[in-house]
Amino acid sequence: MNAHVTVNGNAIKSTAPDTAGACNAPVVTFERGQREVFCGLTSIVWLHRKIQDAFFLVVGSRTCAHLVQSAAGVMIFAEPRFATAIIDERDLAGLADIDDELDRVVTRLLDRRPEIKLLFLVGSCPSEVIKLDLKRAAQRLSKIHTPKVRILNYSGSGIETTFTQGEDACLATLAAELPATATNAPPSLLVVGALPDVVEDQFRRLFEDLGIGPVAFLPARTANQQPAVGPDTRFLLAQPFLGDTARALENRGGKRIEAPFPFGEEGTTLWLEAAARVWNVPDDRFQRVTAPRRERARRAVERHRERLGGRSIFFFPDSQLEPPLARFLARELGMVVIEIGTPYLNRQHLDQELALLPHGTSIVEGQDVEAQIDRCRAARPDIVVCGLGLANPLEAEGLTTKWSIELLFSPVHGYEQAGDLAELFARPLDRRARLEV
Amino acid sequence: MQLTVWTYEGPPHIGAMRIANSMRGVHYVLHAPQGDTYADLLFTMIERNSKRPPVTYTTFQARDLGGDTAELFKSSARSAYERFKPDLLLVGASCTAELIQDDPGGLAKALALPIPVVPLELPAYQKKENWGAAETFYQIVRAVAGPLAPAPGTPKAPRRAGARPSCNILGPTSLGFRNRDDVREISRLIESLGIEVAVVAPLGASTADIARLGDADFNVVLYSEIAMQAAQFLKRSFGQPIVSIAPIGVGATRAFIAEVAKLAGVDASGVLSDAASRLPWYSRSVDSTYLTGKRVFIFGDGTHAIAAARIAKEELGFTVVGLGTYSREMAREVRDAAKLYGVEALISDDYLEVEETIAGLHPELVLGTQMERHIAKRLGVPCAVISAPVHVQDFPARYSPHMGFEGANVIFDTWVHPLMMGLEEHLLAMFREDFEFNDTAPSHLGGHASGKVAHTPGSRTESLAPADTNPLAEAAVAASADLAVIEPGAKLMATIASEIVWAAEAETELRKIPFFVRGKARRNTETYAKQQGVALITVETLYDAKAHFGR
Repeated sequence: MNAHVTVNGNAIKSTAPDTAGACNAPVVTFERGQREVFCGLTSIVWLHRKIQDAFFLVVGSRTCAHLVQSAAGVMIFAEPRFATAIIDERDLAGLADIDDELDRVVTRLLDRRPEIKLLFLVGSCPSEVIKLDLKRAAQRLSKIHTPKVRILNYSGSGIETTFTQGEDACLATLAAELPATATNAPPSLLVVGALPDVVEDQFRRLFEDLGIGPVAFLPARTANQQPAVGPDTRFLLAQPFLGDTARALENRGGKRIEAPFPFGEEGTTLWLEAAARVWNVPDDRFQRVTAPRRERARRAVERHRERLGGRSIFFFPDSQLEPPLARFLARELGMVVIEIGTPYLNRQHLDQELALLPHGTSIVEGQDVEAQIDRCRAARPDIVVCGLGLANPLEAEGLTTKWSIELLFSPVHGYEQAGDLAELFARPLDRRARLEV
Repeated sequence: MQLTVWTYEGPPHIGAMRIANSMRGVHYVLHAPQGDTYADLLFTMIERNSKRPPVTYTTFQARDLGGDTAELFKSSARSAYERFKPDLLLVGASCTAELIQDDPGGLAKALALPIPVVPLELPAYQKKENWGAAETFYQIVRAVAGPLAPAPGTPKAPRRAGARPSCNILGPTSLGFRNRDDVREISRLIESLGIEVAVVAPLGASTADIARLGDADFNVVLYSEIAMQAAQFLKRSFGQPIVSIAPIGVGATRAFIAEVAKLAGVDASGVLSDAASRLPWYSRSVDSTYLTGKRVFIFGDGTHAIAAARIAKEELGFTVVGLGTYSREMAREVRDAAKLYGVEALISDDYLEVEETIAGLHPELVLGTQMERHIAKRLGVPCAVISAPVHVQDFPARYSPHMGFEGANVIFDTWVHPLMMGLEEHLLAMFREDFEFNDTAPSHLGGHASGKVAHTPGSRTESLAPADTNPLAEAAVAASADLAVIEPGAKLMATIASEIVWAAEAETELRKIPFFVRGKARRNTETYAKQQGVALITVETLYDAKAHFGR
């Protein structure tokens, strides 16, 4: 792997030795500058819908409240299961005891929402900077509210996390608290990463048909259904951004099954195959179970090949999903990947993904948004994947964009969603082709 | 520490961004952690701006905190200047950067840039968005126009012979509620009086425009929240009088015209007699009789809430049952206004408190922000939006001002429209015995079923009104009544019903009352029954209570 570091546009040759050295490995550049990414608090927007009796209380500033609300939109129909405990001047000046204040807020919240079983205190930039000990607060509050409510904490602060790393931090906390499996429990599979229920059910059926099991998912849909973990747990990551969660599960004795990620027909097959090997699923059974689904996924993807094949694509960093998505678009739809921006590249977890990328693909880790916009303008890609702050301005310059946040909010994993995933990229091009105004 | 589900205003640096984004040639360097760039989407997605807001963020991370964040700020400011070549640079900190105390103002000064640099001190743990916008606009005006002010005590130079009188329009901003169209409407109105609109600021103004603010005869402040502080500075420095009447509604627009004409020394009678708003006639038209005494709850920023209450009472014949604002800076004005309607002002930025107040008042119409639209939807009450915080829907493609005579037309339509839907619901309810009409007929109000549940929480049977005749409907209503949706209202309003029993025929009679006043009828009846010590509510009790309460 060729590693370069760029600071304010100046490429610096990394002193780290080239580890991979394979000729078709991607070229990874590290860039620093202004980052146009969400912080980890944003992942609350989907996490609070996934765990149905959990509540996310951000301990932070008005900015935090404004961020989560702006990212979620005020269009949420039901009352959201998140809120912010806004730190004010009195708390900072020590006029109010910040522990007492937090206790008061949590009590008011739990009185109001008696159905809540699991409360996350979510750390933020201000709470980190003033060194508010939310772990201790969670323990103290747990004592008060147990057994009705469990209280855990993690940090979604921008100084420590970007966007999807918030989910990683949340699941890592949860992983450390999972019950232990019984000694000599049979090997079990844990699928890790918040997936829409419909996708989870599809995977459940697939594993059952393959004879892989018992299977559990992290996070589970309710607080008291969270899976057990132990030395007999093998886990498959469903998302590429779960580094801390994987480490937490490994600390509990779990073993990660190395695999690419289940995007597209190929990714899903390789992902399932990795588990099938661990469970010694006979090849004919694997083929019998997956063949019809693979065929269906291929047909669904094929419909978008005409629109996407040969088109160029440029990724701004956002969710860490960029490398596997680029792999899917390059290999299954024939797209030309110009640049893969990603906020952070977990080389260990993405090892197999990187090997599948086309020869010499350019990956830029980190961000200097102005320099990146310059490169994007110069490259004039057919489609740009970027965040909401950049999309309309780039559209106004005549570029076609795809909002990256939708890739987190829509079901995109697995065979049955492979066509939908392709469609997410095809639709902006389709739209542009239709409009005559 | 405050528990916040939704927030009406962002932090003060968002206000500063709104000013920077409103103007031309202004760039804002914000010392802020990674993630604060979310704010860009407010402009690019809600307002659908075709350009990124002119803001450079330092986006520091944990590893920078151990190093030199001050140096990061300086290099960011330097490269922002080189890349964007602004005429004026704003520098400041967001909430987290405020805690690390790097002093962006001092650091920027040390860069010795060849343009004015305006440092912003916006205390993020005390103040909010509108305050930040007002402070930023004031600081820009002070920095750019301030040095051009005549020596104190210098009398204002008389207008050049033959020159038209002139004024500035102050206050419209990016992300302001209908500001874009208000400016067009009010500029046209002022020009029609023979008065020149010299500068509109901050929206669309350059720093050169700010420099010539002092040349105009007077200032028109459309939104006090944003521009009063700057206007008062201009009054002190340049002797410019202020017109502070917000021209919202027919009456206020007329008063505004009179005031502007007086300051400019022009005759307004022509404009006033030509002034065509359909509101006065539409309001007098007999089909509007049903609007009489509609109970309306009003909440918004100070300017819009006060104006809405006046229109509601004087121009539409509603009854104002509640008035409030999230703008603490306007608390005094709103309290004074509330006295005119015999209500107590609600000064709060606590969404939960606003929700509780609305639920308790049982209004028939809510005029509020997108937040109150949310609450009203949950309670099944019609609602129109009158104030920021804004939503993409508040940037309609069509011309849709809130101010001036055309604004009054827009207000008539947008406030009365949801009630017309209410009237149609009423007709549906009246003809409910007709087999084709029933309470579960599709409704324009949307969220029909769950709305009704929340509206009449005293009973379970009533929320399932058609259940006796249509078991399928019961299932549908039960399924659609998401518990999370109705929970707060239900809890708030489940009051005294527990020990009082409704006779079956009284329940049936109650169901003949239109759903949107049914909750009130139930509540009144139960209160009455309790007062009279009646344990079983019969049809007689229902009508006794009706007579007692006079409704």
